[in-house]
Amino acid sequence: MIKLIAKYLKNYRFEAVAAPLGKLFEAVFELIVPIVMARIIDTGIKNSDTDYIAKMCAVLVVLGVLGLASSLTAQFFAAKAAVGLGTELRRDLFAHIDRFSYAEIDKLGASTLVTRMTVDINTVQAGVNMLLRLFMRSPFIVIGAVVAALYISVKATIIFLLFTPLMGIVIYWCTKKTVPLYKKIQQKLDSVTLITGENISGVRVIRAFSRQNDERTRFDNAADELCGIQTQAGRASSLMSPMTYVLVNIAIILILWRGGIDVSAGSLTQGEVIALINLMTQILLSLVRVAELVMHLSRTHTSSLRIAEIFGTQPAVSDSGNTMVKENHDAPAIEFKNVSFGYFNAERNALENISFSIKRGETVGIIGGTGCGKTTLIDLIPRFYDANSGEVLVDGINVKEYPFEQLRGKMGIVEQHAVLFRGTVRDNLKWRNENITEEQMIKALKTAQAYDFIMENGEGLDRTVGQDGKNFSGGQRQRLTIARALAGDPEIMILDDPASALDPATDAALRHSIAAGKGDSTIVIVSQRISSIRNADRIIVIEDGRIAGIGPHSELLKTCGVYAQICDSQMGKGGESV
Amino acid sequence: MKRSSAYVIKPLMKYLRPYRGLLFAALIMAVINAAAVLYAPILTGKAIDLMIDAGNVDFDGIRPLLIAFALTAAAAALSQYIMNLCLNKLTYSAVRDLRCEAFAKLTKLPLKYYDTHSKGDVLSRLISDIEQISDGLIMGSAQLFTGVITIIGTIGFMLSINAKITLAVVLLTPLSLFAARYIASNTFKYFKRQTAVRGELTSYVEEMTGRLKTVKAFSYEKRSQKDFAEINDRFKGVSVSAIFFSSLTNPVTRFINGLVYAAVGVFGAFLVIKGSFSVGDLSCFLTYANQYTKPFNEISGVITELQGAFASAARTLALIDEAAESSDENADKLEYVDGTLSAENVYFSYEPDKPLIEELYLDVSSGQRIAIVGPTGCGKTTLINLLMRFYDVNSGEIRISNKPVKDITRDSLRSAYGMVLQDTWLKSGTIRENIAYSKPDADIEEIKAAAAAAHCDSFIRRLEDGYDTVITEDGGMLSAGQKQLLCIARAMLSLPPMLILDEATSSIDTRTELLIQQTFAEIMKGRTCFIIAHRLSTIKNADRILVMNAGRVIEQGSHETLMKQNGFYAGLYRSQFEDSDEK
Repeated sequence: MIKLIAKYLKNYRFEAVAAPLGKLFEAVFELIVPIVMARIIDTGIKNSDTDYIAKMCAVLVVLGVLGLASSLTAQFFAAKAAVGLGTELRRDLFAHIDRFSYAEIDKLGASTLVTRMTVDINTVQAGVNMLLRLFMRSPFIVIGAVVAALYISVKATIIFLLFTPLMGIVIYWCTKKTVPLYKKIQQKLDSVTLITGENISGVRVIRAFSRQNDERTRFDNAADELCGIQTQAGRASSLMSPMTYVLVNIAIILILWRGGIDVSAGSLTQGEVIALINLMTQILLSLVRVAELVMHLSRTHTSSLRIAEIFGTQPAVSDSGNTMVKENHDAPAIEFKNVSFGYFNAERNALENISFSIKRGETVGIIGGTGCGKTTLIDLIPRFYDANSGEVLVDGINVKEYPFEQLRGKMGIVEQHAVLFRGTVRDNLKWRNENITEEQMIKALKTAQAYDFIMENGEGLDRTVGQDGKNFSGGQRQRLTIARALAGDPEIMILDDPASALDPATDAALRHSIAAGKGDSTIVIVSQRISSIRNADRIIVIEDGRIAGIGPHSELLKTCGVYAQICDSQMGKGGESV
Repeated sequence: MKRSSAYVIKPLMKYLRPYRGLLFAALIMAVINAAAVLYAPILTGKAIDLMIDAGNVDFDGIRPLLIAFALTAAAAALSQYIMNLCLNKLTYSAVRDLRCEAFAKLTKLPLKYYDTHSKGDVLSRLISDIEQISDGLIMGSAQLFTGVITIIGTIGFMLSINAKITLAVVLLTPLSLFAARYIASNTFKYFKRQTAVRGELTSYVEEMTGRLKTVKAFSYEKRSQKDFAEINDRFKGVSVSAIFFSSLTNPVTRFINGLVYAAVGVFGAFLVIKGSFSVGDLSCFLTYANQYTKPFNEISGVITELQGAFASAARTLALIDEAAESSDENADKLEYVDGTLSAENVYFSYEPDKPLIEELYLDVSSGQRIAIVGPTGCGKTTLINLLMRFYDVNSGEIRISNKPVKDITRDSLRSAYGMVLQDTWLKSGTIRENIAYSKPDADIEEIKAAAAAAHCDSFIRRLEDGYDTVITEDGGMLSAGQKQLLCIARAMLSLPPMLILDEATSSIDTRTELLIQQTFAEIMKGRTCFIIAHRLSTIKNADRILVMNAGRVIEQGSHETLMKQNGFYAGLYRSQFEDSDEK
C-alpha cells in the first residue's frame, strides 16, 4: 500500500506535506487552549483580574481562528493531493489495462477490472485523503498533550505515560479483533446477496422443481450466520468504548489524587489540575479516532493491494518495440504453420498442430461443433492470443512482428457477441477507422443489411445508440457490428457466427451482399450453420482442436465424414435437398 | 410515491416487538449512561473545589468524592456496554427477521413481479436497503435517543449549577448545528455535480474496460484513453471542490465549539470572581461545553441518514406488502397424472390493453408429442407460462388429467412436468448439486446416469473435480452448450410424466443435438411433451404441430398435413431452407 501511495503522491509533494503540517498547527493551537484556561483560573480568577481574563479570552478566540485557518488549509491540500493521486492512478491503470491481451482479460475477468478501476481507486483516494488529514493529527495531539502535561507537571506526566499506551493497547486489541470479523460479515453478506440473486434469476426453474422451501431454508441459514457474525463483531466492538472510558477515568482519579497532593505542596495549581484532566480527555478522543482510521485504512490497504495486483500483471502478448513492417503481398493473406494453443488453465490444448493457408481474396468458412476451437483459431489471427508453438503469418509476416495497429488495422472483426457502444451510429461505425467518409459508412450499412432500419426514422447516422445498444433488437445489433467491421473495406474480414441472431432470409441476403461487395478482401467466416458457409471457396472443418478436413463443400461431403455428419444433422439425409 | 415516516415506523415496529425486552433494557441503560456520564464532571468539579491552595487541600473531602467518581464511571461504562450489546442483538436480529420475511415473500410472489422488476431493483430491496435500515434507522434512532437524552440531561445538570451560563451555552451551541446544516446544504450542489461525473466515469469504464476485447479488436485503446482522460480530469475538478467543501463541517463546528468553550471560560471566570460560582463548577461547565456540541453534531448527521433509511424502509416494506400468489393451501394435490391436457377458450395477456392469447383451444391426449412453432412474440413461451401456472389465465380453463389447474396445488402441478428452458439457469454449487436440483435425494449413480443420457458425462469427467466441480451462477467456464446439457441432465433425473422443452437444444451443436434428440425420443415414449424450437428440423417428427401467430393457434396438424395445406407453416419451413432451394 505504502509503495503505491508514495509513488503517486510524488507529484503532490507540497500538498502531501502541507496537509499534515496544517493539521499539526491545528493540534498545537488546540492544545494551548487548556493551558490558557488554566491561566485564566490561576491568574485571572485568583487575582480577580478582569482585564487579564478578557485578554486571555481574546487569545482563545485568536487560537480558534488560527486553528480554523490551519485546518482549512490542511483540508484543501489533502483533498487536492488525494484527488490528484486518484486521478493519476485511474489514468495509469486504465492505460495499463488497455495493454492486456485476451489472456489477461480471461484470467482476471472484465467485471473485476471494472471494480478495480472504480470502487478500489475511489477507496484508495478516500483513504489517502483521510490519512493525510487525520493520521498525522492524532499522533500530534497525543504527543503534544503529553508534552503539554510535562510542561505543567513532571509528576503528573508519569500518569500520562502509563495510561496512554494502555488505552492504545485496548484500542489496538479491539480493532484487531473486529477487523477480521468485519471481513467475515462482508463474506456472509455476499453469500446472502448471491442466494437472493440466484432466486431472482432462477425463479422459473426453482418453482418448476418446487424447491422454494429449500431455498428459504438456505437463505434463512445464511441470514442467521450473518446475524451471528454481526452480533459477534458487535460484541467485540462494544467493549472498546466502555473500556477506554474506564481507563481514562482511572487516570483522572489518579490525576485528581496526585494533583491534590501537589496542590497541597504548592507545586501545582487548581487550574493546572483542570488542564491536565482536559488533556487526558483529548488523548482519549484522538486514540479513538486512530482506531476508526485503522478500520478505514484496512479497507484502503485491501483495495490498494487489488490495484497493485493489476499493475503487477503483465500482458502475455505485447507489441512493444515493433515498428511498421513491410508486408509481402505475394504471400498468402493468412497462414498457420503447425500452430498449437492452450488456454492458461486448461488441461488440453484447444488447438493442436493447425496448418493451412488462405489466399488473398479467398472466402473461407470454418465449421465445427461447440467448443471445438473455431473462435480460438480466429482469435490467433489478430494476435489476441499468442500461439504456444508454431507460427501465424499475415501477408507473409509473423504476427508477432507487427505493431498491433498495423496488424489489426487490416482487419474488420465481427465478434460472436454483438457489442455496441453508447453514442451515435456514426460514432460506432468510426471505430475501425476514425477518418472514414459518410459514403463508406452508408456502403457498409447497406452491405450489412442495416441501411433500411437505420434510415427509417429520419435521424440516419446520427441515431443514438444506447447502453449496450439496447435500443436495437438482437438482430439489428448484430447487423450494426457487421457494418462497423466492414466500414472502410478492411483487407481481411473475420466474422464469428455473424448471423446467429438473424432470420434465414436476412442471413441469406447478408451473405449475398458481402460476396458481391467484397472486392479483393479476404474473408473468414465461422459458423455452426452449413448454409452460412457452404458457398465459401473452401471450408475448414475443425473437430476437437484439429483440422478434420479442408476443401469446398462438394468435395468435403465426399471426403470428410465429420462434415457429412454435420450436413446430415442440419439438412436431413443427402445434404442437398430438404 | 411519497410515504411519510409514520407509515414506515409502524410496520417496522412489528419487527422490533419480539425484542422489546432488549429495546427496553437499551433505553434504560441509555438513561443511566447519560446520567452517569454527566454526573462525573460534577464530582470532578467538587473535588477541584477542595484543592484551593498550598496546604489548603481537603483530602478527607476528596476521598469519598473520588470513590463516588469511580463508581459513577463504572456505572457509565457498564451501562454503555450493556446498551451496546442490547442494541446490537436487537438490530441484527430484527434485521434478520425482516430479511427472511422479505425473502419468504419473494418465494411467494407471482412471476409477474419478477418479469416487471429488474433484478437489481429486487436485490437492492433485500440487501442494500435493509443494510440501510439497520445502519440508519435502528442504530440511528438509538443515537438520536441517546443524543436527545444527553442534551436534556446536560441542560438539567447545568441548570442545577448555574442558570445564566446555561443560558449562554444553550443559546450558543445550536450555532454549530446551524453552521453544519448551512455547509451541508451548500455542499449538496458540489456533491450532485461530483455524483453526475462519477456516474459518467463509471459507465465509461464499464463500457470500455468491460468490453475490452472489442476495444482491442478495433485498436481503439488510444482513442478511449483520450476520452477517459477528459472525463477523469473533469472528475478531478469536481471532486476537489466536493471533498473540500464537505470537509468544512468538522473544522467549522470545532471552531464554534471553541468559541462556546471560551465564552463559558470567560463568563464563568467573571462569575467566580463575583463569588456566585466555584472553580470546580467552572471545570464542570467546561467539560459540559465540550460534550454538549457532540450530540448536536451527531444528531445532524443522524437526521440525514434517517431520511435515506426511511426511503429504503419504504422500498423493502413495499416488497413485503406486495400481494402473493393466490393461496393454494386448500387445493388438492395432483395425485395421478394421465398425461392429458386441455385448454378451453383461454384468454390471457400480460397487460390489460395488449391482448396476447385469445380463444385458445387445446386437446392433448396422453403420450402425444406437441410441437409449438411460430414467429418471435407469438405467445409460445406464454403458453408454457400458463401450462406451468407461472401465470393464471384471465378467462377460460386449462385442465390437466381432467382437473382444472386452478384447483390443484402449484407444486403438484409443476412436479408433473419436466422442464428444460432456453434460459440455462444453474445455481452456484457443484455440478452434482445442480443436476440433483430436480431430485435432491438422488444418489450419485442416478446423477451419473442422467448426465450420461444428456451426453454431458464425458465433459464433466474431464473437469478437474468431476461431479464435484464448483460452478458459479453464470456457469463460468462452461460454454452455453455445456450449460444447456446440464439443464437437460437435470430434467432427465426426475423425469415426470410430462415434458416441456423450450428451445432445449438451441446452444448445442447440431451433431450433439442429434444424439440428444435420440435420447429425447427414448424418454418421450409414453410421455406427453411440449416442444418449442426454432429449428424446424427438430420438430418435424412431432405428432402434432401447433402453429401460433399473434396469440392464436392458426394451424395444427402433422408436418405432412401442414405442408400439404401450404399455409403459414409451409412458408416458415421453406424460408429456413431457402438457401438450399436456390442451388
